Amino acid sequence: MPWEIKSDRPIYTQLIEQIELKICSGEYSPGSKLPSVRELAQEISVNPNTLQRSFAKLEEDGLLFTNRTSGRFVTEDINMICSIKSKIAKEHVQQFLENMKKLGFETAEILKMLKTMLEEMKK
Amino acid sequence: MRQILECKNLTKSFGSVKALDSVNLNIERGRIVGLLGPNGSGKSTFLKICNELLTPSSGEVRIGGFKPGLESKKIVSYLPEKSYLNDWMRVSEIIGFFKDFYSDFSEKKAYDMLKSLNIDANCKLKTLSKGTKEKVQLILVMSRRAELYLLDEPIGGVDPAARDYILDTILKNYSEDATIILSTHLIADIEKILDDIVFLKNGQVALTKSVDDIRDEYGKSVDALFREVFRCYEN
Repeated sequence: MPWEIKSDRPIYTQLIEQIELKICSGEYSPGSKLPSVRELAQEISVNPNTLQRSFAKLEEDGLLFTNRTSGRFVTEDINMICSIKSKIAKEHVQQFLENMKKLGFETAEILKMLKTMLEEMKK
Repeated sequence: MRQILECKNLTKSFGSVKALDSVNLNIERGRIVGLLGPNGSGKSTFLKICNELLTPSSGEVRIGGFKPGLESKKIVSYLPEKSYLNDWMRVSEIIGFFKDFYSDFSEKKAYDMLKSLNIDANCKLKTLSKGTKEKVQLILVMSRRAELYLLDEPIGGVDPAARDYILDTILKNYSEDATIILSTHLIADIEKILDDIVFLKNGQVALTKSVDDIRDEYGKSVDALFREVFRCYEN
């Protein structure tokens, strides 16, 4: 998953979201070691201080932890990763529902459309 | 000491024109700062004063505690807006030159960067294109291990691909205690790597803020805010 920084929102919140996503998707697996701030900042082309700030917030949330001698790691707490996952999923669904309402769809219609689309995707 | 650059009521007049008008600035170590402003807002004048190419009309600037001069130049690596390198010299000779001049210059760093940008060190400077010359200059400046880098329009004349490389180079080569102040018009390209910005307007500081605070408060990028603050109206 490539990094993508949009221009209208704070960079550090976008970095938090994308690191969360990488943890949920398993790209950064539970207990695995993260690259250093310097390396990663260079890879994403962002300011190292900004990335440091995002890491600090994720550590505060408990999703990352630092081992003083060996670096920064993803949490091994699967429950915590699952709860982040459902938090993100809820946000996506909410966004989707709001957009559908703006288009004038009713609940029944939305459900029907979802079902048909899912069926089609199976094929 | 957390501050690397400190400037008090700095004013520079050219005749009746005030290029800088009572500028007060404090810049900390370990930051990447964008000095932004429209043409003629005083960006280059400010950088020139920091490098003793101009002297202030009143007020002062101190770099690492020193007034611009011999001591400050030891810790400042400056990329001027115009090239001062001799056209007839080969890139390798200029590297030798820099090595002699600056004890913090790393020859290895310079050659590594030349290699990644496919620049032949045996070429004479005058045979290189404008953009390539600019790259060579920036390589020289970034190959020093300075405490403060003052870069006047470092990415103005180079293509977008090289621009990305240059930004990476900046991120890779500055040490955590070093500060970079760079002036540019190409805000959208660089705002991701900046900590803070300083907006200059008619020689005065119009705004100093962190990039993320701007995005938070205004809900837009620094580039968009710049266009709004400095919109050119028809009279």
